[in-house]
Amino acid sequence: MDVETKSLLEIRGIKKSFDQNHVLKGIDFDVKAGEVHVLLGENGAGKSTLIKILTGAYQKDAGEIYWEGRMVDLNTPVDAMNIGIATIYQELNLIPQLKVYENIFLGRELKRSGKRSLLDHNAMHEEAKRCLKMLGQNPNIADMQVSRLGIGQQQLVEVAKALALDAKLIIMDEPTSSLSAQEVDQLYKCVESLKAKGIAIVFISHRLEEIRRLGDRITILRDGFKIDTLQVRTTETDYWIELMVGRSLDEKFPKQNFTLGKEGFRVEGLEVEGTQEPVEFSVRYGEIIGISGLVGAGRTELARAIFGADSSKNGKIFIDGKEVKIKSPRDAINSGIAFITEDRKGEGLLLDQKLDFNIVMANMKKFTGKSRLIDLNAIREESENYINELKVRPNNLELNARNLSGGNQQKIVIAKWLCTQAKVFIFDEPTRGIDVGAKVEVYRLMNRLVENGAIVIMISSELPEILGMCDRVLVMSEGKFTANFKIEDASQEKIMKAATGG
Amino acid sequence: MSEIVVQKENGTVKKNLTIKNILSKFAPLIGLVLLVVVLTVLSDRFLTVNNVMNIARQSSINSLLAIGMLLPILTAGIDLSVGSVLAISVMLMGVTTVNMGSNPFIGILVCLGVGSGFGWFNGILLTKLRLPHPFISTLGTMNIARGIALIITAAAPIAGFPYMIQFMGREFVGPIPVSFILVIAVYVIFHIFLTRTQTGRYIYAIGGNPEAARLSGINVDRVLIIVYTISGLMAGLAGLVMVGRVNSAFPLAGLSYELDAIAAVIIGGASFLGGVGTVWGTLIGALIIAVLRNGLNLLNVSADFQMTIIGAVIIAAVYVDVLRQRKNKKK
Repeated sequence: MDVETKSLLEIRGIKKSFDQNHVLKGIDFDVKAGEVHVLLGENGAGKSTLIKILTGAYQKDAGEIYWEGRMVDLNTPVDAMNIGIATIYQELNLIPQLKVYENIFLGRELKRSGKRSLLDHNAMHEEAKRCLKMLGQNPNIADMQVSRLGIGQQQLVEVAKALALDAKLIIMDEPTSSLSAQEVDQLYKCVESLKAKGIAIVFISHRLEEIRRLGDRITILRDGFKIDTLQVRTTETDYWIELMVGRSLDEKFPKQNFTLGKEGFRVEGLEVEGTQEPVEFSVRYGEIIGISGLVGAGRTELARAIFGADSSKNGKIFIDGKEVKIKSPRDAINSGIAFITEDRKGEGLLLDQKLDFNIVMANMKKFTGKSRLIDLNAIREESENYINELKVRPNNLELNARNLSGGNQQKIVIAKWLCTQAKVFIFDEPTRGIDVGAKVEVYRLMNRLVENGAIVIMISSELPEILGMCDRVLVMSEGKFTANFKIEDASQEKIMKAATGG
Repeated sequence: MSEIVVQKENGTVKKNLTIKNILSKFAPLIGLVLLVVVLTVLSDRFLTVNNVMNIARQSSINSLLAIGMLLPILTAGIDLSVGSVLAISVMLMGVTTVNMGSNPFIGILVCLGVGSGFGWFNGILLTKLRLPHPFISTLGTMNIARGIALIITAAAPIAGFPYMIQFMGREFVGPIPVSFILVIAVYVIFHIFLTRTQTGRYIYAIGGNPEAARLSGINVDRVLIIVYTISGLMAGLAGLVMVGRVNSAFPLAGLSYELDAIAAVIIGGASFLGGVGTVWGTLIGALIIAVLRNGLNLLNVSADFQMTIIGAVIIAAVYVDVLRQRKNKKK
């Protein structure tokens, strides 16, 4: 990259506070045309706030924003859109019932010339096709209803929308966090083609490998300050992490080995939704089992089937050699199974309820006395113990779950399941969207669970985490187990091969 | 600004005790107090023992319907049928006690039983038939119940209830109407139910996030059926109070009462999106409506104007809530 290239966007001394809470304390940052500029920081470092200022959703308290060398004010999202800044959020903003091209032109539909009130469907169609082609997509999806597309394709529709807007800068907020490996590949290709067209990209991600693969420069934020901007190619990943967390992490994967015990959990002939063959596997005490595979391979469906979350199918589940009957989540909890779901906000938390209620809600029985009334003091005491043990910050039970960062929310979900005194823990993508420091804490907790005699199963798309933390890995593809590796025998390549059915 | 900052190991715990926060938390109560102050100044007949007891009595029917309504609203639902269920409950009570001459206790049981039964039916429509939203199922029940209430006596009212049945709606203990004592007792029970029992807490959980509740082992269908059954039960109880006050049951009793009940719950700070709302807020909401009606009557404001003013109060109350939530989100 030519260092002399003029900046497309430059910001200086951006500050932003909410009440007494100073979120951004003077950020400088610039993006050049045709560059992928990565923003890296722990949850709560200020990335989202910075993005919202650049998209006009928030107003800065102080500082200057320059676009192509001229100072601009971004007071509303429309201002940002008009100068050519588009954003692709983690949560997609498409209307599922409308067709792809209608979504691409939503809010600025093309009209027939001379007739101001009639839509020009043909023109919109052609333009949508052109944008999809530019992204290497099949242009014929322009006619499909968005709800029929996968998440990955939907995201590319968002990118197409940005292109149709003639965006010069596209901000992508953790775009790959819910994509399958193939979809991720497509997105990478799309990013590269955008780059080649001179479009600048601000890329937010917690996945270090992908930053290394896509990024040109990386800016690291911590506690509302910009720590540094580095060239991706010439700096070490460990150095980024050190800058990000403010200390060096001794170990990214604090794997502990325990002596292998007898078999504690077994699934036999379980029919999982959307698969042809029944599934079976078993787990021994002292080991962490990883379940890997592409998104859509049936891993979450398997976990939900074990947990009784979907209408029951055939199959037997044994804990300590004894069969347990599971027809509903309640049965699963009573049998000692915990399911830490992939989607914290959608399936795990009561966002507008206090932390203590979130922690005890799966085991209220424990706090209900003979009088049938619940013991509020006992709830508070027990919740406080979990919050201290898991180092939830801020450690204030009066807060609602919504007010915590992603990593701390995940800890609350985990606390909920610890509170059920479960024996079998199924973690589904436990570290998605949480920062490196919190990840290590989740891994340590898994170690402690295994040490204390629990069965731990981890579903994950992150191969380094599977290889770093598990003793054995089962690979799923199209609803079947296609491999069962001891971790010593596994590698990213072997797992990917089994995952793609090859 | 009085702000307490507690420093703990790594985390900072902030508690904002600013005047603004207190204002927004107690907005409904402050609204009620202001209303009382204004009406006291405007009318010397307002703040008298007689009139206050009058308000207590007038508010009791809506208070009972509103506390029943709070439960469906907490689960992000609604119960449009309570007014009609009130009518069918009192009509069937009239048929059993007046026309058939049954024991008044059996009549009361019929009244509460019919109310609960229709509520249960609403719950079944929602959970077993999986109708998409309780707006639809309870809209259906609303018409069914009203229709049956009219059919039973070919739209004729039933009068002459035994004293036992009229007791709740008619009697006083000293200056205090029994119906208001009943309201307070019911509200205390609801408060304990919602804050201190498993089912009560589950109602909040389901309103906040039904999927998370289900995956936490909560039997969502069972809780919803309980919620609608209780709402129906409260409609029956409100009917009992009403019969005592007017000494008759008529098929158009409780017509569009569900709207005042919903208004009370919403003015009291509950969220239509579920998961947020309290028993005491609902009581204040019901009292605000009653005080407003009473005060406007004393000031000789016509019924048409009253309607307009109450409509404005509903919108203002919800707008205050919107502002409050917008502020919370930004934090």
